[in-house]
Amino acid sequence: MASVTYEHVTKCFGDVVAVNDMDIKVEDKEFLVLLGPSGCGKTTTLRLLAGLEEPTEGNIYIEERLVNDVPPKDRDIAMVFQSYALYPHMSVYDNMAFGLKLRKTPKAEIERRVKEAAVMLGIEGLLGRKPKQLSGGQRQRVAVGRAIVREPQVFLMDEPLSNLDAKLRVHARAELSKLHQRLETTFIYVTHDQMEAMTMGTRIAVLRDGVLQQMDTPQVLYESPANLFVAGFIGSPAMNFFEATLVGSVEEMYIDAQSFRVLVPPERAKELKNCLGKDVIFGIRPEDVHDPEFCPPNITAGRVKAKVDVTELMGNEVFLYLLTDSKSFIARVDPRTRARVGDEIEAVLNMDNIHLFDPQTEEAIR
Amino acid sequence: MKDRLRKVLSSAPLHIAILGIALIWSLPSVGLLMSSFRPRNDVLGSGWWTVFQHPFDFTQFQLDNYIHVLTAEGMGRAFLNSLTISIPSTLIPIAVAAFAAYAFAWMEFPGRQTLFVVVVGLLVVPLQMTLIPLLRVYNRLGLAGTFLGIWLAHTGYGLPFAVYLLRNFFGTLPKDLFESAFIDGASHLTAFFRLALPLSIPALASLAIFQFLWVWNDLLVALIYLGGTEAVAPLTLKMANLVNSLGQNWHLLTAAAFVSMALPLVVFLALQRYFVQGILAGAVKG
Ligand SMILES: Nc1ncnc2c1ncn2[C@@H]1O[C@H](COP(=O)(O)OP(=O)(O)OP(=O)(O)O)[C@@H](O)[C@H]1O
Ligand SMILES: [Mg+2]
Repeated sequence: MASVTYEHVTKCFGDVVAVNDMDIKVEDKEFLVLLGPSGCGKTTTLRLLAGLEEPTEGNIYIEERLVNDVPPKDRDIAMVFQSYALYPHMSVYDNMAFGLKLRKTPKAEIERRVKEAAVMLGIEGLLGRKPKQLSGGQRQRVAVGRAIVREPQVFLMDEPLSNLDAKLRVHARAELSKLHQRLETTFIYVTHDQMEAMTMGTRIAVLRDGVLQQMDTPQVLYESPANLFVAGFIGSPAMNFFEATLVGSVEEMYIDAQSFRVLVPPERAKELKNCLGKDVIFGIRPEDVHDPEFCPPNITAGRVKAKVDVTELMGNEVFLYLLTDSKSFIARVDPRTRARVGDEIEAVLNMDNIHLFDPQTEEAIR
Repeated sequence: MKDRLRKVLSSAPLHIAILGIALIWSLPSVGLLMSSFRPRNDVLGSGWWTVFQHPFDFTQFQLDNYIHVLTAEGMGRAFLNSLTISIPSTLIPIAVAAFAAYAFAWMEFPGRQTLFVVVVGLLVVPLQMTLIPLLRVYNRLGLAGTFLGIWLAHTGYGLPFAVYLLRNFFGTLPKDLFESAFIDGASHLTAFFRLALPLSIPALASLAIFQFLWVWNDLLVALIYLGGTEAVAPLTLKMANLVNSLGQNWHLLTAAAFVSMALPLVVFLALQRYFVQGILAGAVKG
């Protein structure tokens, strides 16, 4: 039950800048997800808050308290490690009770809290076992349980689901979300899996090379990514990008991508009048590229002639790998599509959902 | 069924070879054991292997040699002295080394690396070099000829290796465990007693075996710092004296030798479970 503030925090390991001028505020009871590719500084950001690393520069606050020099045990946080870090020589019960015992919690109280957490997580039958007698999913729950019983102000989780198989992961994801709603505590959660981030986070902070790229709700992040990196990182399959130029006039503005040319909707064109004649990077998500036969009504259509290169049936949808000239892009279309490999189709772009980026700064053009 | 037979047959040569080597290896000890139970005249008259001519004739064995050696020759006293020397000389260095190794492995302090290199560097100092200067210090402090003196000496000689071994073992324990404990509220002392020690039992046991055997079998250090007086002489010293005084009495010497071998055997057998675990711990992860 506390907010967390990173105030211009930088962390260097020798020459490596793991976290660069991080300046974020995590609200009370929020579920913040730190998302980014491997090595972008997610774990380091978390460890800074846990007190396992000292910031090179900047301040970290939990609620109003400056915690730069507060040792981990006095920060009132709990952390679930990627490896779970269960104490191998202790039973599940002792693993969960360890932190409470060290804090001199009365025995009856320890027992009550451990039992309660165990029931909540469905591991009450495992309390007498040693960690090595547990499956991966059970270990993960014990690790979460060990954090819960402490009733901390902030939960930190470093990729707690990455050791689980796909099915279990989906299940555990939902459970953690439920847990967050139930505990009403601040969660900071690290992952490189965008599905986890999108489904669990109330807000997502996207990191790249230690620099915060964008921090917002999953919805906003998806619909209006702040730059090329965020646009490409979020969404699967990834957004299609084309090098293009804005041509024509404000009344009739076209995106010219050499192999095709599509009309920009008039309202958008007005906003873009300063960019006329400039090079841009044109982005469109695969689900905004439609098969002409199953095109939803009421969209502003832009038509692109393309050849079907590969089709992938995913069950409830089909991915078409399309080629215009030699440029390849992906469409995510209705499963009833009749497009076959080698066909020429006229793909329909939903021009209401286009994304434009400055090729130099890579920032979104709004 | 046939496969199984083939399996047994194909591994048979290996097993036979191993068995043969083990037999040859243990032959001297078996001979020693047999001789130590035979009466004086038998030992002088025939080889120990002759007992196998009448394997069920137990009258050819007797305990008199042991009784004589332990009482009249003072081996009993020496045995107690050896224990008095060996147990503290094993426990003290391991206890000290464990604390030091934990600090070297998990605590941040300036000069940690340098200090560790110095400690490891001490491994190459031959202990013979230290005998004279240390003895002079002992004489001045009145430690020469006391048990305290030899405990300290063995602690000093044992520490570098013990610190080195334990630091490396502690270093291989997952860092996450300690960080998790610190977040859970543990101090370094708690982490040491509740995590590092229980997780290092195999390493501690191996170390205890090494150190105990080395101290138990030591003659030089005991001779120098304790001197040869009856009241403090350990088994090794006593044995050396017996060889002089009882040169021809094989039946007694073999019994004495077995008295000095018995305890290390017991210690090894008792701790070997951990010993094997310790060797495997590094190899099999998980
Ligand atoms: N103790 C350290 N010493 C030196 N460099 C480090 C240390 N810890 C992390 N780094 C570097 O800092 C950068 C960020 O590391 P970090 O562990 O935070 O990445 P991450 O985002 O958690 O990656 P992953 O998804 O692979 O876990 C990396 O380039 C890494 O090499
Ligand atoms: Mg990480």
